[in-house]
Amino acid sequence: MSFLKCDITGFNVDKRVLPLIKANAVVSVVSLLLAILTAILVLFTRWQVVHLLPVDWYYRILTLHGLVALVVWIVFWEMAGLYFGSTVVLNARQIAPGLGWIAFLLMVVGTALVAFAVLTGRADVLFTSYVPLKANPIHYLGIILFAVGALIVCGLFLANIIVAKKEKTYGGGPLPLFTFGLLTATILAIGTLLSGAAIYVPVFLWSLGLIQSVDSIVYRLVFWGFGHSAQQVNVAAMISIWYLGAFLTVGGTSINERISRMAFLFYMIGINLASAHHLLVDPIPSPAWKIVNTSYFMYLAVLASMIHAFAVPSAIEVAQRRRGYTKGLFDWLKNCPWGNPAFVSVFLAVVTFGFIGGITGVINGMEQTNMIVHNTLALPGHFKGTVVSGTTLTFMGATYYLIPLIFRKKISFFGAAKAAPWLFAIGIVLLSAGLSTLGYLGVPRRHWDITYAGGPFTYTYPPIADLLWVVAVLGGTIAFIGALIWILVVVISVFFGKPMTGPADFQLPLASPLPPESKEHDSKFVAPGTFALTIIWMLAFLIFATISWGWLSMMWEVK
Amino acid sequence: MAILAPEKGWWQKKVASDEKTWIMFAAVVALALFVLMVGWHLLGKQNPSYIVYSTSPDEFYKLAQANWAKYKVGEEAGIPVVQPPPDADVFVLASTWKWEPVLVLKKGANYKFHVSSMDLLHGFSIQPVNMNFAIHPGYDYVLTFKPTSAGDFRLMCNEYCGPGHHTMIGKIKVED
Repeated sequence: MSFLKCDITGFNVDKRVLPLIKANAVVSVVSLLLAILTAILVLFTRWQVVHLLPVDWYYRILTLHGLVALVVWIVFWEMAGLYFGSTVVLNARQIAPGLGWIAFLLMVVGTALVAFAVLTGRADVLFTSYVPLKANPIHYLGIILFAVGALIVCGLFLANIIVAKKEKTYGGGPLPLFTFGLLTATILAIGTLLSGAAIYVPVFLWSLGLIQSVDSIVYRLVFWGFGHSAQQVNVAAMISIWYLGAFLTVGGTSINERISRMAFLFYMIGINLASAHHLLVDPIPSPAWKIVNTSYFMYLAVLASMIHAFAVPSAIEVAQRRRGYTKGLFDWLKNCPWGNPAFVSVFLAVVTFGFIGGITGVINGMEQTNMIVHNTLALPGHFKGTVVSGTTLTFMGATYYLIPLIFRKKISFFGAAKAAPWLFAIGIVLLSAGLSTLGYLGVPRRHWDITYAGGPFTYTYPPIADLLWVVAVLGGTIAFIGALIWILVVVISVFFGKPMTGPADFQLPLASPLPPESKEHDSKFVAPGTFALTIIWMLAFLIFATISWGWLSMMWEVK
Repeated sequence: MAILAPEKGWWQKKVASDEKTWIMFAAVVALALFVLMVGWHLLGKQNPSYIVYSTSPDEFYKLAQANWAKYKVGEEAGIPVVQPPPDADVFVLASTWKWEPVLVLKKGANYKFHVSSMDLLHGFSIQPVNMNFAIHPGYDYVLTFKPTSAGDFRLMCNEYCGPGHHTMIGKIKVED
């Protein structure tokens, strides 16, 4: 076994883990290309002015988009992240790298089977494949193989950190916060993947004709134990990277690690939140079940996100203040490393995830207000603000560190690399705003023709909808361009870029060491700027909640 | 130091008062949201129902036919037009790719809707009031509606149900 010492970070890196990280990262980036190409096709079909694809291809491409964007891109990237977080930052060795390659192969084959089934018209069932819609067994088999591969990598992650702890490769104390967060993500992922198995295996057998039927409500319940818990995995992984990013870019540390770790624990306890809110307007289960499970009497997972929403920016603020940027509320923010695209990505991800994804998510996830958004475009509007401008943008930013540190290449076209996160975030904000507002007007999601041509009746949405579509299309196009630039930068850097010869080639400045703390800050306001920002967020939330509930109260009465 | 073990004493470190204040505030709001959902069931007028019967497509079809025969007043676009009296049971049948029947209702009156699917999942979406429910085959979902506005409304399907999904549109007329 051989290690090399990183000349930039000083970590001891197991040589055998590098190709695993690289392979998973490369496949994820290629998947993102597929995700945005299918996205743009879907968008220009939904915009009735262009109405690009014919009906069968629209649903086919939409199915592929959902799977590739939400699962393949993100999970492959997370696999790379898990290898990185359980070996490199712990100076640890990779356990059973051969098994890692088997997992990789399973996931690639699974992806290929799913893509084959969908593109040949054997699986026009969308991402959710709600029974009794039935796909060809190949489709379900592909998903199962993919999940088994991911499950193996979760096992390797656990093995790595157990051995690292035993061998005291990182000093023997508690795990670093970044790896602790990833551990949360991994534990959640194991539950998630088991939920996936619990529903995809019966459905696979059903598609083969070995099982008579699968109940549609049970399917929705268990499927979302997979489908949405997976998003909680993404959130945990994303927030781990936020803490990492705060440290790498400005040297910031969570001002209270006990609180940050507790918040990660809340994600695990509050996980049912994720699956239950998908059934809020289903005939079963009962309101009591729905309310308890979406909230656990109090929004634990939401509270966890609120804690991170303070902890991440305050880590940055406190570090900046120690550097002397103490003027007023926001001098620290003004003097952040805005030339570092990784910092910009994390910053924009925090803001958009909070203000768009977070606010809409909580309101959509309440039992009654869910009635006015269920299956409307407000939902894609919501998750563009979580998994796209949050998770995807965070992973994009973190990739800027993988290129020099893991691939040992300089980032090509650094100017373009800096522009990409801005374009992507601005585009997604517009897209999300357009889609969400259309959703509040009742425009359905996953719908080929909202003029209802061919139906017995017609319906015309209010004229403002035309304008909102333009906003959405404009935003989607800008985001597409941003993502495309990012993909080109990554691919060109990795395959054709100049090799890193030493620390002098490193384009993303690592934070300089912090000056010593001047005095003990305990129990005083240490991050007034962050406090102000979180209060602004809360006001925005309360305004939006009031509007939504007010709107609800004007609907027909129903009980 | 997210990539290094935490500093000594991290477990004992006191929580800064701004962080503590924020967490308390957030916890109170989260608690209020829970109370809001429960409270709306007691005081609010819009709550998803939890009355549901087990049924089968065949049985539900027969029940619906019998119900429509009682209140049928005409036909529109090949779909029966049904005008049930206030407080009556109303059967709405979803199938690929149509909603039956066309309903004529009275503003301010209660109607006990029974909604079920003959085949796949469908989305019961009344526009422009924008109220949305999930409809399953084998489950008779009972929703008591009181239309509070008059006019021509549409009933859309907003759960993907195959290539004809976009043609699945029905009509509800509410008279003053």
